[in-house]
Amino acid sequence: MKLFTFKKGIHPKDQKKQTSGKAIEVAPLPKEVFIPLNQHIGKPAIPVVKKKDVVKTGQLIAKADGRFSANIHASLSGTVKNVGLFMHPMGSRVPMVHIVAGEFEEEWQLLPHPEDWKTASPEELLEVVFQAGIVGLGGASFPTHIKLAPPADKPLDVFLLNGCECEPYLTCDHRMMLDRADEVLDGMLILMKILGLKRGIIGVENNKLDAVLLLRERIKQRGETLEVVKLKTKYPQGAEKMLISAVLGRHVPEGGYPLDVGCVVNNVGTALAIAEAVTQGKPLVERVVTVAGSGIEDPKNLLIRVGETFGNAILASGGLTPDALQVYMGGPMMGMAQFDLQVPLVKGTSGVVAVNHVAEQHNKIYPCIRCNACVSACPVHLLPNRLFRFTEKGMPQEAHSRGLMSCVECGACVFVCPSSIPILQWIRVGKFKINNQPKEA
Amino acid sequence: MPEPSNPLEPGSPEEVKPKVVKPKKDKREKLFTQEFPLVLTASPHDMNVASTPKIMWSVTAALVPSVAMGLYYFRWQALWLVLVCVGCALLSEAAVNGLRKLPFTIGDGSAALTGLLLALTLPPGLSLVSAGLGSVFAIVIGKQIFGGLGYNIFNPALLGRAFLQASFPVALTTWVFPHTAKYAGIDGLGAATPLGLLKFEQTSTSYLDLLVGNIGGSVGETSALAILAGGIFLLIKRYADWRIVVSFLGSTAAFGGLVWLFNPTGYPDPLFHLLSGGALFGAFFMATDMVTSPVNPIGSWIFGCGCGVLLVVIRVFGGLPEGVMYSILLMNGVTPLINRYTRPKYMGEL
Repeated sequence: MKLFTFKKGIHPKDQKKQTSGKAIEVAPLPKEVFIPLNQHIGKPAIPVVKKKDVVKTGQLIAKADGRFSANIHASLSGTVKNVGLFMHPMGSRVPMVHIVAGEFEEEWQLLPHPEDWKTASPEELLEVVFQAGIVGLGGASFPTHIKLAPPADKPLDVFLLNGCECEPYLTCDHRMMLDRADEVLDGMLILMKILGLKRGIIGVENNKLDAVLLLRERIKQRGETLEVVKLKTKYPQGAEKMLISAVLGRHVPEGGYPLDVGCVVNNVGTALAIAEAVTQGKPLVERVVTVAGSGIEDPKNLLIRVGETFGNAILASGGLTPDALQVYMGGPMMGMAQFDLQVPLVKGTSGVVAVNHVAEQHNKIYPCIRCNACVSACPVHLLPNRLFRFTEKGMPQEAHSRGLMSCVECGACVFVCPSSIPILQWIRVGKFKINNQPKEA
Repeated sequence: MPEPSNPLEPGSPEEVKPKVVKPKKDKREKLFTQEFPLVLTASPHDMNVASTPKIMWSVTAALVPSVAMGLYYFRWQALWLVLVCVGCALLSEAAVNGLRKLPFTIGDGSAALTGLLLALTLPPGLSLVSAGLGSVFAIVIGKQIFGGLGYNIFNPALLGRAFLQASFPVALTTWVFPHTAKYAGIDGLGAATPLGLLKFEQTSTSYLDLLVGNIGGSVGETSALAILAGGIFLLIKRYADWRIVVSFLGSTAAFGGLVWLFNPTGYPDPLFHLLSGGALFGAFFMATDMVTSPVNPIGSWIFGCGCGVLLVVIRVFGGLPEGVMYSILLMNGVTPLINRYTRPKYMGEL
C-alpha cells in the first residue's frame, strides 16, 4: 500500500495514546457561556440580542455581517446577561454575548432543513451551511460557505477531507472518525454535492489505522466511491497546503487558495458539523475538544458547547495536575498559550492541552551555526535561517522576496533548531512589518 | 486547580464598540485565577533536545579515536601539541570575550573543538610556541574577528594551519615517523608523508600501514581506521552532512582515478588518494563544519565535489604534496556564492 506524504517536515512525539482510546464523552451543560462575535476569519457578526433577552439553544444571537462572516448561535438556553468585551483565547478583549443558564429545561431551536439531503438542491444545502454558521473546525475557522461557493473561473475536480490531525496530543478528529464515521461520511457527501464534485479523498495519517480501516469498511458497505489514503505520520501534514501536496502532488501558489489547484479541503469536524446541520437542523453550537497533556488529570475527548470556559473544560477532565505550567488552545506546535482559564472555547478550538514543563527553547539561545536543520524541516521549502536573519537585521523586504509570506507558521524550524533560535517568532515580526508598512503613494 | 470561582469580570458593562479597552491594573490581578500564574510562551511550545554545545562536544567525542592513535604513535609530542592547542584556543576565546565584554562562550565547546582539530592537523614535531600561535590565530582571526561562532567564513582550524604553513613552511613540512614505523629515518632527520614519498621519491606505502596509521604525518591524520570510526559516528548522529562526505570522497576517487589512468606509475591510485594525507580527516571533520559549508542539499554536493577535484589538482599538479587544507579553504570562500545560487524554490513560488 502506497504511503503518501509531503517533502520535508518533522516528527514530534505524537503523544496521542492518552486519549485516542477513549470514546467521545458529553460534557456537563455549562452554567454560563461567553460567545465571541468573531470566531471566524472575516468580519465579526452583528449581535441581534440584547441584555435580558431569553434565548433558546440554537437561536441566532448574531448574524453574519455580509458574506465574508458567519452566523453565531446561542449554545445554551437562558438569559443574555450582557453583551460586552471579554477576554478571548487569542489574547485580546473582544465583544461577546454572555448567556447565563435559566431555571427551565434546555430547549432547542432548530434551523429549517431539507427532509432528505439526497434530493435537495445544492443551493438549498449551501444555505443551510450558511445559516448554521459553520466554519472550518481544524483551527483556522475559515467560513465554510465561502469555500463552498468558488468563483466560476476556477474549475474544481477533487474534494479532500482532512483527517491528518498532525498536532501532538489532539485526537478529536480521530475519535470523530471512529465514533461517528457515518455522519462524517454524510457530511463529506453533502459537501461534495454542494460543490458538484465526484471525486472525494479522505487523508488520514497512519498512526490512525483503525480509522482508515473503519472508514473503508463503511464506504464499502454504503457502496460509495470515496477513497481513503494512508499518509505517513509527519508534522505539519494537517496544514491544507501540505495535505494537497501529499495527496495530489499539487502546489498551491503563493498567496493562493486550494481552489487555485482545483481542490477544496475541509476538516473531519467540519464535515460532521455539516451533517448535523443538514440532517437535524442543528447549528454549530457544540464541538469535540480534546483535553489532554501531561498537566491534565484525566485526559479525554469532550463534546462540549462553544462558549464554555477553558477552566470548566479542564475541570470536566479531572482538573489540572498540581505541577501544570502551561495551557494551550490547540496543540503544542501551533497552539496559543493561555494565562487565564476564564476564556471561552470557540468554534476553532480543537484542543485544550496542559503540560507540566516549559520547552528548553526558552532557556539559552546560541548563534546560528548554519546546520541546515531548519532548511531540511521547512515544509514550504523556505530558508528559515535566512528569513530570521534578515528580519533580525531590519531587512524584512529582503525576507519578503525570499518567500516570507509563504510561511505557514508551523514551527518546525524552531522545533529542530539546535541553537534554540526563535526563528518563527522573528518570521512573525517580519510578516507584521511587511503587513504594516506604509503604503507607497 | 482550584475552582475557578471568580469569573472574569469586565471593566464595566459596555455596549459593543470596536474599541480596545485596556484592562486596568487592579483588574489585571484578578486575571490570575489560579494559585500560580500560567507560563506564557509563543508557539511552538515543543522542541527536540538537540543543542549546539551538544553538537560541538559530540564532534569532539568523535575525534577521540584519532587522538588516541596520535598519542599511541607520537607519544609525548602529540600530547603536548593537543594540550597547548586546546589551551591556547580556550584562553584566546576567553580573552576576546573579555575584551568585547560579552558572556564567556567557552562552554559551547566550539573553541576547544577548533584547538583540537588544529592540533590533529599539525606535524608532531612542531615547536609548541608555533602551535600555540596557530591556535590563537585560528580563534582570534579565524573566528572572533567575524563575530564569533556562526559568523566565520573560513574553517578556523584550517585557517590557523594555513597561517602556520605560511609562517613556518619548513617546520610544517618536517615530519617524524611514529615510534612503531619500521622504515624510520632514511637519513635519521626528516621523515616524509606517504604522499611526499610518492611525489618526490616515487616510493609507495602499503595500504595496511595507511589504514592503521603506521606512517609519517600529522598527529591525527595518519590512521584511516580511527578517522572512519569517528566519522561514521558523526554520520549516524547526523552531525556531519553525508552529502559532503560522499561527494568529497567520491569526487576525489573519481577525479584521482581519471588522472591515475593517464600515468599509473607516477600518480597515486584512487584508494591511495583517499587513505593518505588528510583526505579522510578533511572530508569527515573539516569540510562538514556546519558554519562554513553550504546550507542547501544541492550546494552540499557542489561543495564536496569542488573540494575533491581541487584536492586532486593540488596533489597531482601543484607544488605541494598535500592539498586538503587549501581545497577546503577555497571552497569555504565560495560557499556564500553556492548558497545564493542553490536556493531551493519554495512551495508555490511564482
